[in-house]
Formats: sequence, structure tokens, C-alpha cells
Amino acid sequence: MPSIPGSEAYSSDKEKSMAELLKVENLKTQFHTEGGVVKAVDGISYHIDEREIIGLVGESGCGKSVSQLSVMQLISTPGEIVGGEVIFEGQDLLKYKTHGPEMRSVRGAKIAMIFQEPMTSLNPVLTINQQLTEMLELHLGMSKKVARERAIELLGMVGIPSAHNRIDDYPHQFSGGMRQRVMIAMALSCSPKILIADEPTTALDVTTQAQLLELMKDMVERFKASLVIVTHNLGVVARYAQRIYIMYAGRIVEEGTIKDIFGKPRHPYTIGLLKCIPRLDEEEGRKLVPIEGLPPNLINMPPTCAFLPRCSYKVERCFQEPWPPLKRLHDRHYISCYANTEEKTGEPTER
Amino acid sequence: MTTYIVRRLIQALVVLILVTLIVFFVMRLLPGDPILIYVAQTAELEAMPQERIDELRAEFGLDKPIMVQYANWMAGIFRGDFGTSIFYREDVGTLMLERFPITIHLTLLSLIVGAIFGVLAGMLTAVRRGKWLDKIVTPLTYVGLTIPVFLLGILLIYAFGVKLGWLPISGYTSPLDDFWLSTRQVIMPVFCLAIFGVAANARQMRSSMLEVTRQDYIRTAWSKGLGERAVVMRHMLKNSLIPVITLMGVSVSIILGGSVLVERVFAIPGVGSLLVSSIFGQDYVVVQAITLIFAVIILLVNLIVDISYAWLDPRIRYG
Repeated sequence: MPSIPGSEAYSSDKEKSMAELLKVENLKTQFHTEGGVVKAVDGISYHIDEREIIGLVGESGCGKSVSQLSVMQLISTPGEIVGGEVIFEGQDLLKYKTHGPEMRSVRGAKIAMIFQEPMTSLNPVLTINQQLTEMLELHLGMSKKVARERAIELLGMVGIPSAHNRIDDYPHQFSGGMRQRVMIAMALSCSPKILIADEPTTALDVTTQAQLLELMKDMVERFKASLVIVTHNLGVVARYAQRIYIMYAGRIVEEGTIKDIFGKPRHPYTIGLLKCIPRLDEEEGRKLVPIEGLPPNLINMPPTCAFLPRCSYKVERCFQEPWPPLKRLHDRHYISCYANTEEKTGEPTER
Repeated sequence: MTTYIVRRLIQALVVLILVTLIVFFVMRLLPGDPILIYVAQTAELEAMPQERIDELRAEFGLDKPIMVQYANWMAGIFRGDFGTSIFYREDVGTLMLERFPITIHLTLLSLIVGAIFGVLAGMLTAVRRGKWLDKIVTPLTYVGLTIPVFLLGILLIYAFGVKLGWLPISGYTSPLDDFWLSTRQVIMPVFCLAIFGVAANARQMRSSMLEVTRQDYIRTAWSKGLGERAVVMRHMLKNSLIPVITLMGVSVSIILGGSVLVERVFAIPGVGSLLVSSIFGQDYVVVQAITLIFAVIILLVNLIVDISYAWLDPRIRYG
């Protein structure tokens, strides 16, 4: 790989944070379908520090949810984790058996997850109490009575009014937003180190979204947990995340702090994403520019950059060389691109 | 809930009246005369004087107009009097009390066997989908669904009764009299009656378990760090049972229907064999009584099934 002046290879000398909690290295997850092998996650690397909030952003089908399910080893057939490492507390989680006791003692207890669909993510035939207490009994060894007290307390924390009356209700007696609150209470019940929120607010209406994001932020602060927000909505992460990873077609194409991504986006895809969301701090009348074309089919991926057909910055080199690895721009800002996007940044694309 | 049950019982009453009408008139549409059949079986028909035959006909009320006969029968039922069997010369109510416990015994056992083994087999094949257990058991369920019970009965008698001599080939003993003999005698008939239920329940349970496996809340359950046993027993079982319970309700009528054949094959003196001989003998009141009681059982089972939905799924409420 020819080196580019002013940039280093991604993994070689990236500064190691002392409080690094989870480190994912070159994770690959594939789905074996009739049409061929879908490379849903194709070698992504990221890390999260203690008490940090990161955002994982990309459009539907870019592998962001699959990557998180892979960390939890919740991929079911025909999906398969085919490579990589997930280092958590010095151990590679992928070395554990999917449903073995070691993995189970991590799942829920140390890394917990909230899912996209609050309406279907709770079991319809079990009461909230049953669903909240089973984790407390399992991971913390609480008695039924103590677990129930704790469950009521947790429901109160996430803002369920008169929790002691609602604890024996069934999920269908709660609204979508309330159910997602229950999910948050459940996920944080065993004080996990990391909370993964997979599109936690996508299915909710806008006012509820904001409340829930605030709640989630407060709760992870209170529980001293780290938070991974998976979303397709850059606006969601803008307020809460410290660092953002942008994913495209199973890979991370840009990584940086909030300031880097929103202030000086450098990957053509990120630039495109930002052009299609409205901002309050800009002059009136700017047209929102969608990214042309469609995301690629993940089955027959070209060796070259997957964003190439949609890219307006492409250079000769993009057609000849494989998808570039992440290279460091400065400090904590990395992109995976050959083109010099700096010059054109901010200019609207000719259409 | 109470209002719902009362409403259902009133509906059931309407259905029962329709059943009485149908069975009463259809029996009388059949060609043949029960008195002549009875006489022919007990004595020389030619030797019987016509007056005696008319006397018998009057004794059983068969000389009256058909509507009057129906009205008399219905009036009798409301008084608890099911009439008198032409062939057995016995009170039908007494006859039912003798015969029904035997059929109920077999039906309940078959239902329990079908439920337990069917649900277990369905769960295991779903959890171990594509593994050797699934590959052996699931094709076997096709056999269970399609094999004719009388053929199965004869094969079993040949194998276990005649060749191996392990089990008595026929007969019935009350479990209260001789529990061991009774159990040995019911093994084969219950196997025949239960096989459909086992196979049908297993298939339904397997497919509904596989359906539930894909649900979001099962992913949530795994994400909590629960073990397989907790995920399957706590989170999947109740959710998968609803279609299976429906099927169990249906299988009661299939077992009752099958008892007609199975009791014949194993020479068990239950209502199934009684029903067959009574139809051949045109023993009107006996056929009517058995059909009516079958109808009551099936209606009650359906009511229980519907009520159990609400127990399984809290989202279902009856008002």
C-alpha cells in the first residue's frame, strides 16, 4: 500500500487510550444466502472508552446493527462471524461459545443492548416484573422479593409513573415510548459497562425520541456506563456522542470526534450525508442534496471502494486500487478515501 | 368473562338443538326398520305374528307421527330420560353410564399422551432444527398423520399381541378393578388414538416454535444472558402454545371419531363400538344419545380452548 504524505496507517500507531473498554478489531460477519455470501460487516475496527458515548452511523443495510449483534454474539443462522476480535476486559469475546456460560455472563450483565422495535422487543405474555427481575436474579443473585423492589426502583428511574402499580402490567398496556423506557431500565438493571442502543428511537415519534435520548444519556451517566448509539440519523448522535463512526457497505469509512465529523467532514459519503440534513445555522434557501444512486448489493462487492459509483470526488486512483484502509488525518480523525476532499468541502456538488 | 361464558353456553344450546334435529331425522331417513332388525336377530321373522310386531312398535313409540316422536324424545331428555334401547332392552341412560367411562378413559389418556409427547417432540425438533433428532422425528410425524388407525391397530395386535405376546390383544378392564391389566390392555388402543394428536401437535409446535424463535423478544431474551432452557421454557413455550391448544381441541373430536374404529378393533365395550352396532341395528335412541353427548363434549372442549387463549395470551380479553 503506497503511503500518503501526512497520514499513517490506521491501526499501527493510533494512540492507546488508557481507559479503553472495548476494542473491536477487523470484525467480519457474513450471511450465507441462496444468492451468495452477504458481507454484512466486512472488517470493521472501533473502540469505546470508559464512560464514552460513541455513534455508529450509516444507512439501512450498511451492517451497523449486525456489527453490534456480532459483539453480543447474537447472530443466528444463516449469519456467521467469520473473523476478527472483540476484546473486552482483556478477553476476546468471540473465543467464547455462543451460548456458553462465559458469554452469557457478559451478555446483559456487562454489555447490554436496547433494540429498535420497542413494540416487539418485550415478551407479550410475561409481565414487566417477570421480564425485569429475571436478569437481576440471574446475574446478581437477588431473591424474587429484592429483585422486585429493585425493578420498581429502576422503573421509577426511567420515568414510569407509579411504577409499583405498573410493574405487574403486560407490555401491551404500555405505549411505545414507555416500553422503550422499560427496555432501558432492563438493559441497565445489572449495571453493565457498555450499553448498546440499536436505533433506539427510530420507531418512536419525534417528541418521544428527544426525551428518550436525554433519558438514556442521564442513565448511562448515572450508571457510569459507556453508550454505543447505532442510528441512521446524524442528528440523533450530534448532541450526545463524543466520537462518531460512519459506516458504509459493511465498513467504517470515517471516524472522528463530533467536531471533526460535523465541522470538517472528509469522506465523500459523510459530506453527502451532511448535505441532505437541514441545519439551523445556515443561510435560508439551501437545497438539500440527496446522495445519488443506491447503496451497493453486499453480495457481489467490487474490490474497489463501494461508494465509488455514487461519489462525486472520485479520482483515477479509485478505479485502480482496492478500497483504502482508514488513514489518519490528524489526532482522532480517520478516513478511508484516496481523493482529496478538503478542497471541495462545503461547495455544493454540480447537479 | 362470566358474561362471555354464559353467552357461549347459550350459543352451544342452539347448536345442540340443531344436532338433535339432524341426528333424529337422518337416522329415520336410513332405509330399514329397527323393530324388524331386532326381531330378525332374536327369532324367526316369519314365525312372528304381525300383532306382536305392532305391539313392539307401540312399546317403543315408533307408531306415532315423526314429529310427535321427536317431541317425546326431547321431552324425555329434559327429564333425564334418554329412552329405551330397542336392541338391548335397557334404559339408554344406564347404558351410557356403563359405556361412556370406558371411552372417556381412553380419550383422556390419548389426549394427555398426544399433548405431552406432541409438544415435547415439537419443542425438541424446533430447538434442534436440522440436527439428527429433527431429521428422524419430523418425517415420522407424516407417518403419524397419515396412517389409518384400524390398520395400525391390526399391525400392533399382530406384532405385540400375537408374535411377541407382550400385550393382551383385546378387551378392557377398569383401572379400578385391576390397574396393571387395565394399563396393559389400553397401551395399544391409546397408541392408535393418540398417534394423530402426537404427530399433529408435534408439527404445529415445531412450526410455531420456529416462528417464535425469530421474534424480537427472543433476541431480547438472549441478550439478557439467559440460558437456552430459560429462553425456551419461559420465553418461547407460552407464545408457541396457542395454535397447539387449538389443535388439541380439534383432536378431541378426532379421538372420539377414532374410538369408533379402535374400540371395534380391540373389542373394547365403549361407546364407539356401541355406536357402530347401534347404527347397524338402527337403534335410534342409542345413536341419538351418543351423538348428543359427543356434541356436548366437543362444544365444552371448544369453550375450554377459547378460555385458555386468554390464559396464555394476556392481550386476549373476553367481555
